[in-house]
Amino acid sequence: MDKDWEKLGQEGLAFFGRMSASISHEIKNALAVINENAGLVEDLALLAERGATLDPERLKRAAAAVQKQIRRGDGIIKNMNAFAHSVDEPVRQVNLDETAALMVALSQRFAARLMVRLETGPPSGVCVTVNPFLLENCIHLCLAFALESAGAQKALTVSVSGTDQGADIVFSGIAEPCGDFPTEMAERVAGAIDARLVFDKTKETLTIALPRKPAG
Amino acid sequence: MKILLVDDEQELVSALAERLSFRGIDADFAVTGEEALKKVGDNAYELAVLDMKMPKISGIKLKQEIMKIRPDMRIIFLTGHGSEEDFKAGSAESSAYLVKPVKIEDLIAKMREALA
Repeated sequence: MDKDWEKLGQEGLAFFGRMSASISHEIKNALAVINENAGLVEDLALLAERGATLDPERLKRAAAAVQKQIRRGDGIIKNMNAFAHSVDEPVRQVNLDETAALMVALSQRFAARLMVRLETGPPSGVCVTVNPFLLENCIHLCLAFALESAGAQKALTVSVSGTDQGADIVFSGIAEPCGDFPTEMAERVAGAIDARLVFDKTKETLTIALPRKPAG
Repeated sequence: MKILLVDDEQELVSALAERLSFRGIDADFAVTGEEALKKVGDNAYELAVLDMKMPKISGIKLKQEIMKIRPDMRIIFLTGHGSEEDFKAGSAESSAYLVKPVKIEDLIAKMREALA
């Protein structure tokens, strides 16, 4: 088992940075939509003061756009908060459905850029004891490869299932593998949580096989 | 002034286009690169405001495609990022580079500068 913490630390910081940049970009976009729609309401009010007819339907649409972006922003911040708290404890019991859903939500922008539909599978109710941050980093590295490798069908599913040893997190829909995987870094991160990465080209799946709890 | 706004955030570009029209600017919008290129082919825009990060095509790639159709069009980049890397790329490839959310007065000033 490779626990080269200096390299893991560098990768962890890079992962944290990538996610923070993506989250801040999403928040900026939500704020920009709010900014334009609030500005539009102000413009309509100024025009009404000058005698123009105020269209209630246009005002309602602008208000709905603002409310939608506030809900979007709230969702982004909840996910950001959950992600930030993943470093609170080095090892704890983790609900894998929640972790998979969080990483899928945080990766939607990457997926959208590649025009890939990214979703989670049915809930499994499976929990394991693991370092939550390293698990998220491992999922992120797998997702980055899987998204690039989705091929023409452009659909990727992340599913969780229980196994005799613990649990599998399976990325399905890797139709056109983009480069070699697992990379050295993905193996290193997986090794740090005693997980195995299994890429099956025939089934078009990549699996993170996790133990129920860390060895030792 | 006839311009095209391109951003995958439909509720942003539609509101911005409407606000610009209140200020005497003939603003059209597109939410994908393909739609933008079709509109550029069909209309004599003087300037385009492009989001730098969009699905399928980057703002810089879209600008290069627009230049093949209308090499005289001016380009302004709008981005949610404020990274040094984006700033360098955006500044080198456009008349101006603005970070969201942007004040409409600042955007109009940059448009006028670009077309002066």
